[in-house]
Amino acid sequence: MTNPFAWIGSRTLEGLRALGHNAWFFVELLRATPAALRRPYLVTAQIHSIGNLSLVIILSSGLAVGFVLALQSYYALVTYGASESLGLLVNLSLVRELGPVVTALLFAGRAGTSLTAEIGLMKAGEQLAAMEMMAIDPKSRVLVPRFLGGIVAMPVLAVLFSSVGILGAYVVAVQLIGVDDGNFWSIMQSGVDVWRDVGNGIIKSMVFGVICTFVAVYQGYETQATPEGVAHATTRTVVISSLSVLAMDFVLTAMMFSTH
Amino acid sequence: MNKRGVEILVGMFVVLGLAGLLFLALKAANLGSFSASDSYVLLAKFDNIGGLKVRAPVRSAGVTVGRVTSITLDPKTYQGVVKLDVQQGVVFPTDSSARILTSGLLGDQYVGLEPGAEEKNLGAGDTIKQTQSAVVLESLISQFLFNKAADAGSSTPTPAAGGAKK
Repeated sequence: MTNPFAWIGSRTLEGLRALGHNAWFFVELLRATPAALRRPYLVTAQIHSIGNLSLVIILSSGLAVGFVLALQSYYALVTYGASESLGLLVNLSLVRELGPVVTALLFAGRAGTSLTAEIGLMKAGEQLAAMEMMAIDPKSRVLVPRFLGGIVAMPVLAVLFSSVGILGAYVVAVQLIGVDDGNFWSIMQSGVDVWRDVGNGIIKSMVFGVICTFVAVYQGYETQATPEGVAHATTRTVVISSLSVLAMDFVLTAMMFSTH
Repeated sequence: MNKRGVEILVGMFVVLGLAGLLFLALKAANLGSFSASDSYVLLAKFDNIGGLKVRAPVRSAGVTVGRVTSITLDPKTYQGVVKLDVQQGVVFPTDSSARILTSGLLGDQYVGLEPGAEEKNLGAGDTIKQTQSAVVLESLISQFLFNKAADAGSSTPTPAAGGAKK
């Protein structure tokens, strides 16, 4: 720290280098995609490992978030006599924001870390180098199927999160609290627009899927080939994915839901 | 797990996702209520459309019978031209009126159609002649103030007439 300007300069250059390296890696993944699609079972197996095995945590989190949203929204709305709009509030919160974002955060924590650890351990065990020796491109054999699997699985998980959340809110609101059943659904149906709300939520979840899976795969591939390096890479995956998802959420919300 | 088992599970996963999507679209949103194929177009010109947006509902007696498809400005008359898609089976007489109303106190605005008494009906592409613009809060306030000022102005001569009579 003898020269603060040199420190700032070198950090900026390091940041730019990392950004460029990320971009180059993304292009390499895209280039390796056609070769990976010639073995579709690779992608299917990854969708199973990333999507199916995340179902338990996503569905139970969705249910819990639906329960809590219904309870809290009821206490807030009943002061204004607007408790019949409970369904509408829960639906819009889930479908527009909580569904894509919470699913992305859980996805980064569960699937992102497992991807990074798996690829990092492959690199530490020199399996990726061995594949290159055998003239098998490790990107199309190992990395791209996981990337495509994450992109396919993430919107499905977000939709399931929102659906289960709405059903959970229905159980709490109508069965437990006593909000009117017909009003719950009809006010919700008249207030939620398929293209604007559900469609934009799905676009968001696709963008988040690309972000989380790409960060996981990149961190796994670029990890230092030691157990310590794998641990650091796994932590970096979760931190970078979560921050990127939240920042991107703000940008996308401003673009999609602004009132101009 | 063998290859076929994995593929079946992934297939079920995708089907579950599609089922969730259908549930969200049909049961939790407003798809499926109105299809654009069996409808006809009506035009209406307003001096002020207020907060009306595209895809707002068109209602008659409170029942949704159509959607707003486009809102443009007529460059010659400076009126807002609103295109409505109305369901095929619902017809309105040629002297029907269109008003821009608000659902509830703070809700979204919609177009309300009131049928007239003519025998002929509006066909596809016809323009609704009688329209009433949206309520603009500033005009309401200025009208209220003007009425108050007019009342105050007309009440002052009365005590003077009573005094002059005496």
